[in-house]
Amino acid sequence: MTRTRKPRASAERPLELRLLADMLRIRRMEEKCAELYGAGRIRGFLHLYIGEEACATGAMHALAADDNVVATYREHGHALLRGVGMDAIMAEMFGKAAGCSRGRGGSMHLFDVARRFYGGNAIVGGGLPLAVGLALADRLQGVRRVTLCVFGEGAMAEGAFHESINLAALWQLPVLFCCENNLYAMGTALARSESQTDLCAKAASYRVATFRADGMDVRAVFDTVSRAVRQVREGGGPAFVELQTYRFRAHSMFDPDLYRDKAEIEEWKQRGPIHSLSAQLKAEGRLDEEAFLALDAEAEAEVAAAVAFAEQAPWEPVADLLKDVHTPAGAAAGGTP
Amino acid sequence: MRMSYREALRLALREALQNDARVFLMGEDVGRYGGSYAVSKGLLEEFGPERIRDTPLSELGFVGAGVGAALGGLRPIVEVMTVNFSLLALDQIVNSAALLRHMSGGQCSVPLVLRMATGAGRQLGAQHSHSLENWYAHIPGIRVLAPATVADARGMLAPALADPDPVVIFEHAQLYNLEDELPDDWRCDIARAAVRRAGAQASVFAYGGCLPKALQAAEELAAQGVEVEVVDLRVLRPLDIDTVAASVRRTHRAVVVDEGWRSGSLAAELIARIVETCFYELDAPPARVCSEEVPIPYAKHLEEAALPQVPKIVAAVKELLNV
Ligand SMILES: Cc1ncc(C[n+]2csc(CCOP(=O)(O)OP(=O)(O)O)c2C)c(N)n1
Ligand SMILES: [Mg+2]
Repeated sequence: MTRTRKPRASAERPLELRLLADMLRIRRMEEKCAELYGAGRIRGFLHLYIGEEACATGAMHALAADDNVVATYREHGHALLRGVGMDAIMAEMFGKAAGCSRGRGGSMHLFDVARRFYGGNAIVGGGLPLAVGLALADRLQGVRRVTLCVFGEGAMAEGAFHESINLAALWQLPVLFCCENNLYAMGTALARSESQTDLCAKAASYRVATFRADGMDVRAVFDTVSRAVRQVREGGGPAFVELQTYRFRAHSMFDPDLYRDKAEIEEWKQRGPIHSLSAQLKAEGRLDEEAFLALDAEAEAEVAAAVAFAEQAPWEPVADLLKDVHTPAGAAAGGTP
Repeated sequence: MRMSYREALRLALREALQNDARVFLMGEDVGRYGGSYAVSKGLLEEFGPERIRDTPLSELGFVGAGVGAALGGLRPIVEVMTVNFSLLALDQIVNSAALLRHMSGGQCSVPLVLRMATGAGRQLGAQHSHSLENWYAHIPGIRVLAPATVADARGMLAPALADPDPVVIFEHAQLYNLEDELPDDWRCDIARAAVRRAGAQASVFAYGGCLPKALQAAEELAAQGVEVEVVDLRVLRPLDIDTVAASVRRTHRAVVVDEGWRSGSLAAELIARIVETCFYELDAPPARVCSEEVPIPYAKHLEEAALPQVPKIVAAVKELLNV
């Protein structure tokens, strides 16, 4: 590794640099995951977010620490930026007991209920009704909190989308429906899955406020989601935001990616969110190559430490197999206060 | 000819599409993507997008549309990616497909074939590892099949399509890469279970992804001087109790292997039938090897511990025989 200038402590950095640093953290973590998958250390389905980092980064930065997040199986970045430690995420991918879901969940089921991160859900559309219920609970308990629900555009064809957004609108619940439109649901392009490809128009039919942002531009995502969150938090009922983005990798590690044009992928890669932001910041004179490399090295170091942690973490004994199927007697039932 | 289970399924689909213009295949990513388990790969090019019909993520919608298309005179083959997602379509399968004939006083039939992958074993986590064949086998009005061999992968679709009522076919995800010689006569009687191995000391009943494990266990037992008969249930509804009882009458001992959870399992049903029909033939209480009562964990060693495995089957047989 090249010698790098020690970067400023992350909390005192200006927002743009924090956004850049967090996108790099997601990117480097996932690149390592892909490598570890190849080496057989991570198994099962692994859905990479590479290319889409601006969405989670902008959106998670727009939330308050106390807000709820419900996500999908493509949730590594969201979990990380909600404060789930990279070591706990990596250990989960390895299937170790030190993982954020104790190795029971894997890549698609990262949970951290103490941080109000209600998972990784591997059923498309499965998280949307949960988000409505979390928001209802907040409403009934007089808590002012936003529930951000992330899903792909493919989920908008499911009944669960329609039923959930209708309920949220009908009851004016504080849910922000956040659609990461990466144009494909596995191999099915948006136009081959939706009669109405204007997703905001679709959501607007439920009489919710709609927002749209360039999901490759983290600052645009941050600004737009911040506005949407503010409106929801101020009691404006649910809102819908579409982030227009693209995944650079295949749907999962099992996908040969035969349904997309190589040229299309290349075109989108030109708009890569990390590269775009760092180029802009350099042009604005707020970042130089040395500082960029320092941020990158910081991310790489965090990844290396997480992998080392996951590698040495012990396996859960098989004798514990039947644990956590039911709540033990005497334990507090249900959710988080 | 040697081929994979996946290729045998594809061959059967191609033949069905060629032989009957009413047949079409519909489901998520069956076309452009090539099928999530690559079963329908190449069929879009051959039969076009009308007959190899990609659907949006709308399990309830497109399964229901399959029911409607069947009512309307077509012979739809609807692929639900996996049994896990079929839960979103359960209403149409249980409340429409299975009931329409009866509720209409026999005025209509629903000649629908539903295919779905099932089972665990690939570290896909709890939401992607269900084995819910027994849920479907509980429902009067549908036939439930579980091809476990290359021959049955090839042979089950045609009689399923010929059945005037809904047929659900479970393809165990661990079997797609299974390779075997396709026998000359691969035709399949979808009313009958099949004896896969002869042996006098005990009967081992299995289906789907557990059949190769049962056969492997039989192999290991034979090496230790224990000969078991292995019966592939393959028709999960209606159960072929005649073949099962005949086997028990030969061996007087029964072990049922089932990837479903023990409580309320198909294994429970089979044992009840065995006890009802041949109680006095039994030399020992029937035994079963099922999944442990835990959602299927991601971690490999825990997933393996949760599922029926060869050593567990071997141990169950030996315990039954007191050896
Ligand atoms: C109910 C259900 N049906 C099918 C699947 C299989 N599947 C997993 S991801 C996916 C595509 C979803 O696309 P989208 O919602 O756009 O999210 P993306 O993967 O693009 O982030 C499909 C079909 C599933 N997990 N759940
Ligand atoms: Mg998508």
